Amino acid sequence: MSIAAVAPPVLRMTGVSKSFGATRALDDVSFELARGEVHALIGENGAGKSTMMKILSGALAPDAGRMEIDGRPYAPGGPGDGLRCGVSMIYQELNLAPHLTVEENIMLGREVHTAGWLDRRAMSAKVREVLALVHHPEISPDARVGRLSVGAKQLVEIARALINRSRILVMDEPTSSLTQEDSQRLFELIRSLRDQGVSVIYISHFLEEIQRVADTYTVLRDGLSVGSGTMAGTPLEDIIQLMVGRKFTQLFPRIEHAVGEEILSLHRLKGTRMAAPVSLTLARGEILGLAGLIGSGRTEMLRTLFGLDAVTGGTIVVSGEELSGRKPWTRIGHGLGLLSEDRQGEGLATSLSIADNVTLSRFGPYRRHGLLSPARQRRAVADWIGKLKIKAKGPGQKVGDLSGGNQQKVALARLLHQQASVLLLDEPTRGIDVVSKSQIYEWIGGLAREGKAVLFVSSYLPELLGICDRIAVFHRGVLVEARPTADWDAAGLMAAATVGRTSRDKPMEQRNAE
Amino acid sequence: MSRPRRSGISRALNFFGPFIGLLLVIALFALIPEVQGRFLRGANFKSVATQSVIVALGALGMTLVIIGGGIDLSAASNIALASVITAYAVNAGVSPLLALLLGVLTGGVVGMINGRLVTKLRLVPFIVTMGMMGIARGAAKWIAGNQKIDAPMTWVNELMAKNPRPSWLLLAPGVWIVILFAVAMAVLLKYTVFGRHIFAVGSNEATARLSGIRTNRVKIAVYAVSGLFCGLSGVMEFSRLTVGDPTVAVGLELDIIAAVVIGGGSLSGGEGSILGTMVGVLIMSFLRNGCTMMGWPNYIQEIIIGAIIIVAVTVDRLRHRAE
Repeated sequence: MSIAAVAPPVLRMTGVSKSFGATRALDDVSFELARGEVHALIGENGAGKSTMMKILSGALAPDAGRMEIDGRPYAPGGPGDGLRCGVSMIYQELNLAPHLTVEENIMLGREVHTAGWLDRRAMSAKVREVLALVHHPEISPDARVGRLSVGAKQLVEIARALINRSRILVMDEPTSSLTQEDSQRLFELIRSLRDQGVSVIYISHFLEEIQRVADTYTVLRDGLSVGSGTMAGTPLEDIIQLMVGRKFTQLFPRIEHAVGEEILSLHRLKGTRMAAPVSLTLARGEILGLAGLIGSGRTEMLRTLFGLDAVTGGTIVVSGEELSGRKPWTRIGHGLGLLSEDRQGEGLATSLSIADNVTLSRFGPYRRHGLLSPARQRRAVADWIGKLKIKAKGPGQKVGDLSGGNQQKVALARLLHQQASVLLLDEPTRGIDVVSKSQIYEWIGGLAREGKAVLFVSSYLPELLGICDRIAVFHRGVLVEARPTADWDAAGLMAAATVGRTSRDKPMEQRNAE
Repeated sequence: MSRPRRSGISRALNFFGPFIGLLLVIALFALIPEVQGRFLRGANFKSVATQSVIVALGALGMTLVIIGGGIDLSAASNIALASVITAYAVNAGVSPLLALLLGVLTGGVVGMINGRLVTKLRLVPFIVTMGMMGIARGAAKWIAGNQKIDAPMTWVNELMAKNPRPSWLLLAPGVWIVILFAVAMAVLLKYTVFGRHIFAVGSNEATARLSGIRTNRVKIAVYAVSGLFCGLSGVMEFSRLTVGDPTVAVGLELDIIAAVVIGGGSLSGGEGSILGTMVGVLIMSFLRNGCTMMGWPNYIQEIIIGAIIIVAVTVDRLRHRAE
């Protein structure tokens, strides 16, 4: 019948186990990957996906079990071995050297040279070729990677794997920072790679996306492989149930909240990195979503509002008081709090403890006569760990050791601990599992119920439609329109974000210009 | 949230970790018959302690700077400048206490300038303080007229007396000053908001700014504190030499940095401790002392200390990984 039944799978993992101390991260997991298939690996944060992929790449050695590639035993001694055997990883947290150019990054470790002299021309050609292959020929090979957007950085990572001619490509949350359009292109790319015989292990929390791109799936839960099968014909509800081990009720919990009086108003706010002035208002108990493509100016607006970028024009009024200057600490004093989109780079001090990270913006309660009490600090944070269901050993644990979803909870705990009354959340659910997401939606709803105001930036339309009271759309730095959520649908938001006009077909620049 | 109890041994290892290197160095010389007798005497420990004062004071400030993600290459020049200013003031007939304060303040001002340059010009600390290294050294030579400044003996000179005058002090007043400030700085780092902010800035400056920490202010304060300690160290240098010598302490900044690094400080910021630094200072002092007693030439000491730095940092990394 099919050749796949005869040919050995590209990758076979049998009875793989791995423990860290008392925690069993992987327990007797078996896994098969056929040539030219896209296999989705699904599971909550901490289910064992990362451990499994680290073992595959050679970054970790399994305690027990065997692996085969093309029927030959495969026991990598380190990530270098994995790479040589054709296994390439594209990590969720980008692994690029910010000071080097796109070309230097892509060719890193695979430089074309003659007796040590770099062959720039040959490398440039290869890089252009591979950038065209990821459908982004416009990314300049000479651009500094540090200057690129997160989305572009991810494409550079994918390009780097492609140049390695890998036969097994592991993609960990590849679309978490891509726009819908870029994701679409990525799926096309994945399909064309698959048709060329490349096998892809695809890890994502976006189940709709998995349904579109994957041929087969395997679900991990608490280190066990709890189910696998073909994607076609499997309803999403079944997969979610496998993931959480119980019936999953509602992704977007509706928390009743009442919209109160106005607390924040921006009038023609302009900042150094903002393309156009922005006016908007926000009320207590209101969740205002900000939709738009990556780079459409939402992050820049939040940063200007929070005083991280200089204000060059317009006014910010919070609770009737006009703010000025460029000082994040005064913004905090006025009750603003910002959750950064860049969790690793900016959001958290990963080498410090959970306790320090949570209390960083408000040490006051733990200070007496100028001295801090670490004990009281830890006790208070232990409460937050319980309240936010953060999976951690205790308040003293380093934030860098936590999984992505738990790190995000720590970052959020800081805002809550800070008692901010206007929360500026920049992509708060990026790259975290569906259960953590649902919890975060619940807290956002709860905060609104307490009378706090939330500005919620997201590139994931279903969540904006699911939890916001109003949604505004950014297009090339211009705020297109803020309308009640009931007046929007996904297509309308997409249209506004991509072409800068609403479905009513009015060019919004006019309406915004007053 | 209960925290899994670590075994007693691993906890003990963590606590005594920094001391192991020190004990090894002391044990090494204590086991060599030729020097055993002289090395293990109380008088020798006293003199090692006194010899450590100048580096130790500089290293206290440097620990803060390095935890905050910076570096202060101007430390040694700053020490020389402060010693010259102190001598100049004593010579000019001001009271010894005022002279001492002037010396300390000079250091503080230099540190403050470092901090302001780093934050306002947004330059890398390495560059700013390297520039200041030359400026402070030059200023010291200029003020001293390119020679040593002699000054009359005052009580300031007794700060570094190996056998202190009220003999119940046991150790030179300078040593007690170091101990006092070491405790104060350890408390500052662990128990004050300023201390937490230093760690935060060194660990991730962007996060610190986002959390409302006035990162520039923290950095300026850290360099100023480092400068004040260099000033105090300069006063001790003057006390020891009884003259203000603008050419003193050349290259000492590297010893100071080495002490912090041996003690577990990370040059990429966010890590380090006062206890570790003090142990680092003592390791180097005992090595110098032991090598001198053995009659080993200077170059042997240099090679050993160089190797110790690399070994110490490697061990520290391994300890971290094991955690």
